[in-house]
Amino acid sequence: MLLIACPWCGDRPELEFRHAGEAHVTRPADPAAVSDAAWTGFLYERQNPRGLYRERWRHLHGCGRFFNAVRHTLTDRFLGSYPPGGEPPA
Amino acid sequence: MRFSWRGLAREALRGHAGWTPHWRSPEQPQPGYDVVILGGGGHGLATAYYLASQHRPGRIAVLEKGWIGGGNTGRNTTIIRSNYLFPESAALYDHALQLWEGLSLALNYNVMFSPRGVMMLAHSQHDVQSGLRHVHANRLAGVDNEWLTPAEAKAFCPPLDTSAAIRYPVLGAALQRRGGVARHDAVAWGYARAASALGVDIIEGCEVTGIDRDPVSGAVTGVQTGKGPIRCRKLGVVAAGSTSLVMAMAGLRMPLESFPLQALVSEPVKPVFPCVVMSNTVHAYISQSDKGELVIGAGTDQYPSYSQAGGVQILGHTLEAICEMFPIFRRMRMLRAWGGIVDVTPDRSPILSRTPVPGLYVNCGWGTGGFKATPGSGHVFAATIARDEPHPIAAPFSLDRFAGGRLIDEAAAAAVAH
Repeated sequence: MLLIACPWCGDRPELEFRHAGEAHVTRPADPAAVSDAAWTGFLYERQNPRGLYRERWRHLHGCGRFFNAVRHTLTDRFLGSYPPGGEPPA
Repeated sequence: MRFSWRGLAREALRGHAGWTPHWRSPEQPQPGYDVVILGGGGHGLATAYYLASQHRPGRIAVLEKGWIGGGNTGRNTTIIRSNYLFPESAALYDHALQLWEGLSLALNYNVMFSPRGVMMLAHSQHDVQSGLRHVHANRLAGVDNEWLTPAEAKAFCPPLDTSAAIRYPVLGAALQRRGGVARHDAVAWGYARAASALGVDIIEGCEVTGIDRDPVSGAVTGVQTGKGPIRCRKLGVVAAGSTSLVMAMAGLRMPLESFPLQALVSEPVKPVFPCVVMSNTVHAYISQSDKGELVIGAGTDQYPSYSQAGGVQILGHTLEAICEMFPIFRRMRMLRAWGGIVDVTPDRSPILSRTPVPGLYVNCGWGTGGFKATPGSGHVFAATIARDEPHPIAAPFSLDRFAGGRLIDEAAAAAVAH
């Protein structure tokens, strides 16, 4: 089980969290204006890297807030977490 | 070498000294092939076998990063069934089931297919309605599926607790009698042996590091590997959890995420469990292998990962459900648990498709339940590669269904409720 650092509540067990997908996937401002390919990319295509991965979590059974984290997908080790809109740790 | 009673008797009399390796595994690949299959799991080997036996497109190679039988094919819970809800899925999985029924004869290799019945439990009114809908849809599609009362479920699987006292009592069950299990290693070995006998080169320990493309047309011209460059006209990617990484070499982003999926087995005991039982509601999947071990499937972790090691709480969750439904197993000890990486699509249905890159084909997205489809998947994917047009059964599972919005949102495809 992962130990996850909520930016507001600190280290908590994974059971308190819900994974919320890849981070920094931005919904097009005007969906009608983008191509089918771009819309498909937004909806379905994911980076799915083997290595550093920026992801969203929600502290569902805690403060209830969304945040971002950087994790290595081969070791599951976190580099750190940061609030939405923040800069990922170097 | 064909296996036969006479051959078995001859080897028994001379101390089994005459058996030879089941497939050729050349150390070095040839400089070029007509078709290269990237990935030597069950689906990739089946693809190579059906290509060689039915389409004869020329020289074929299977490139495997590890060894044959060392991936998810050799570590899954081997459940085989075809009672999927949508007509597209039922057609694909029942095509596979029909091939399973004749597979040992076709390959001259005992894959130990055992149609002992797969029973899917219902624990709530919603489960009952959903289960009955599946039964009716399946029977309309020509796929066998029947509804059992709790008493009938208990008669079919005596260890099952059907009393009202458990937390999620059994209210009924859907039973596909043609479903069952097979020996997973034998499936990989049998396809490897049959493909090799037809001239397919199976190159083990050969990781692909790049995909070469024609600078003008963009078509695939070959692959870069740890054993040097290999030319090819067509490349079929069958790389399961690593598909996103391989397709990125050709500049393609995939609608996939890779998750660890876990399974575990108990100490071996005398035959006690006559069928396969699945419960999507409480997350329990259990059968007994011919060696006597209970084979138990758990769920995926909630986050994408390539770590091949899921969280212990996932195993605990499954074992709690098993102990609740089968009280006689409460004191059994588990021998080992393991994880494999599965690639999951947004609609939980596989992708069997051509791609925007000429000469590049992909077979992926089987998620948590690909083993059951192995023969059918290889069969229709081989036809898709050989003819450069989708096999009719594969056509609905194309990569462009996501752009077109024709998703096959198959809740039954996931081994866990979602």
